[in-house]
Amino acid sequence: MKILSTPRMERCIGCHSCSLACARLVHKHLSWDTAGIRIRSTGGLSTGFEAMLCLACDPAPCAAACPTNAFTQRKGGGVVVKKKRCIRCGACAAACPVDAIYLDPSGEPFVCIHCGRCVEFCPHGCLEMIEAPAPMTVDEGQKEVEP
Amino acid sequence: MIRDHFRVLKVDLSTGRGRIEEIDGRNTCAGGSGLAALLFGRMGFPDRSWEDPEQPLIFAMGPLTGYFPLMSKVVCAFKSPYHDQYAESHAGGRSALAMRFADLDALVITGKARRPSCLMVGSRQLEVKDVHYLWGKSVRRTGQMLRRMAGGSGHRSILRIGPAGENRSAMACINVDTYRHFGRLGGGAVMGAKHLKAIVIVGDESFDLPSGKSYAALFQHIYGQLTTTSMMDKYHDLGTPVNVAVLNAIQALPCRNLQRTSDEAISGITGETFADRTLLRNTACAGCPVGCIHLGFVREKFKEPNQYLYRQVTYDHEPIFAMGAMLSVLDAFQVLRLLEIAEKMGLDVMSAGVALAWATEAFEKGILSENETVIPLKFGDAGAYSQALKHLGAGANDFYRVLGQGTLKAAELYGGADFACVLGQEMGGYATGEVFFISQALGLRHSHLDAGGYSYDQKQNGKDAAQAVAFLVQDEKARVFLTSMVSCLFAREVYKEAVLADCLNAVGYRDLAENVDSVARRVQKMRWQIRIKTGFDPGSVKIPGRFKQVVTWKGPLDTNYLDSLQKTYAQKIREMAMSEESGSPGSPRNESTKL
Repeated sequence: MKILSTPRMERCIGCHSCSLACARLVHKHLSWDTAGIRIRSTGGLSTGFEAMLCLACDPAPCAAACPTNAFTQRKGGGVVVKKKRCIRCGACAAACPVDAIYLDPSGEPFVCIHCGRCVEFCPHGCLEMIEAPAPMTVDEGQKEVEP
Repeated sequence: MIRDHFRVLKVDLSTGRGRIEEIDGRNTCAGGSGLAALLFGRMGFPDRSWEDPEQPLIFAMGPLTGYFPLMSKVVCAFKSPYHDQYAESHAGGRSALAMRFADLDALVITGKARRPSCLMVGSRQLEVKDVHYLWGKSVRRTGQMLRRMAGGSGHRSILRIGPAGENRSAMACINVDTYRHFGRLGGGAVMGAKHLKAIVIVGDESFDLPSGKSYAALFQHIYGQLTTTSMMDKYHDLGTPVNVAVLNAIQALPCRNLQRTSDEAISGITGETFADRTLLRNTACAGCPVGCIHLGFVREKFKEPNQYLYRQVTYDHEPIFAMGAMLSVLDAFQVLRLLEIAEKMGLDVMSAGVALAWATEAFEKGILSENETVIPLKFGDAGAYSQALKHLGAGANDFYRVLGQGTLKAAELYGGADFACVLGQEMGGYATGEVFFISQALGLRHSHLDAGGYSYDQKQNGKDAAQAVAFLVQDEKARVFLTSMVSCLFAREVYKEAVLADCLNAVGYRDLAENVDSVARRVQKMRWQIRIKTGFDPGSVKIPGRFKQVVTWKGPLDTNYLDSLQKTYAQKIREMAMSEESGSPGSPRNESTKL
């Protein structure tokens, strides 16, 4: 499974073409908010840009937080979204550690589904679909010996 | 949002309240330039001063804003402090998409705030916030502080003024998102007169796309043309500064207050030199994959032995011409240093550079002394100009205050009008000949972008005034439709009339699509009607003597041709303004009508 990555954001010119493409092609919206990838400056326009998007966590804390299984774990990282199951509670956005989930005014969540449709719209190759790295094995550590 | 009317937010700064108005006219005025003219006709006061608090400051987007690439500009309209007549200025940055996603076809600001204020608007937000503590702050500092105060990072536009606007200089710009500007004709002073330090537009709404497949296919086609062909190479490669060397080579670059049209030492400030030595990166207006904004850097040693600071400064052909060639400052880094000071002060760099070029020649001729200029001005002396720019922005004394109202205003007082490089306003960076000079001098915005006069000069050798004016009128008509959409004019080779009709059809504006030509003509006429109603007389525009001494690759300027062009174009403008075809939408309202 591939995931969307942003290996060359230093090249970003802030045109928002990726966000607009995601909203247009995936969500059928004219928007720079209801998109899985969103662009903002890193602290004023003189400092360049960063992309707000799902980092393909595995396990994904947003999926763990979702009480209705609208977000479920995606193989390779990230989540599979079933909109019909969503009750707009916002728990997913609250659980995301990198602020990658946008909630529209009705509470509907928008998150990257790693489809890669935005990639071709970046004029400077900032974005790339890559093979998902193997999930990190969790080191539980040595259990404490009870006194 | 596709709608058959305009959704306009009117804000009265004196009360801090606003209201949404639905205004008819979509199919006759389109948006952008047409909408701005429509709104000034309804809400402006042609006979009152630009400083009258009730005069509107208008920002208008267009029907295609955000729907297609490079539909990324906003039209700002106001009664100008420069000539007290109707004016338009255009800018990009994030302003266009922010307006689209704030769901505002136009924002109209009237009244005067009691204290220096910031207007914050969004699709679910309206606040007039007291920011007296920002008054006097530079454009840069104001932007930094507002970024922390306002929400919507990344999806907002921050418009602000510097000291020049607060001081009501007619050369004060409105800075948009740090690197773009509503530069010319004093929009910054209009904000200053309203005690409006800044405007934050938060684009926080989303819309359903047009139904059907044609929109997506057309978007893909246009996006491909803009990004995979060579059509836009000029703009994202060297950018507009590529023109510096080209114009210099054909003796068409205004140099040293237009005493000459080329400079042997031009290599220090060509587009190639800026790219090789100063270019840090490119950036873009939101919704534009081209990325024509070029950022250079200023590096300064502020303490021995090795303490440095650096800043990023945007450059283009026009700023390089104005702060470089016109002042004989022929080092790229020195030009950037001057541009950075003008940016901080909130000055339009073109107007300021050309004004200082005149002041330098006047100083050399003994018309001015240090009593006026404070420091001695000398061509090539960037250190002196850095001081002069601060004085100009601050309105440091009577001389700098009157110079800030326009070079010809200063010349009226001190003398030297014959070498003031003014064509309606301080000239643009082209000395291509008669057609450009008349195009800027009489053009509605007094901009080199009103019509392609500079191009006509280079492509046509004949001297048929009627033919040249027919070209200007036709080209202006095409451009006014683009600025009603509102497209970046750099995309004019892509967005021809038929393509624009396809775009309008694809998003659902079928009436507009079928009437591109007639709407363009109507908007063109509306704008001239308002301009003339606010006092413009195209026949009385004076072309200063310096322009008549210009020598280009074609040889000396032909003054008879120049006169003939002015008479013919002036007559054509009067005809357009008098035509009844424009109908009633643009008719200015009665003076006594209340808001």
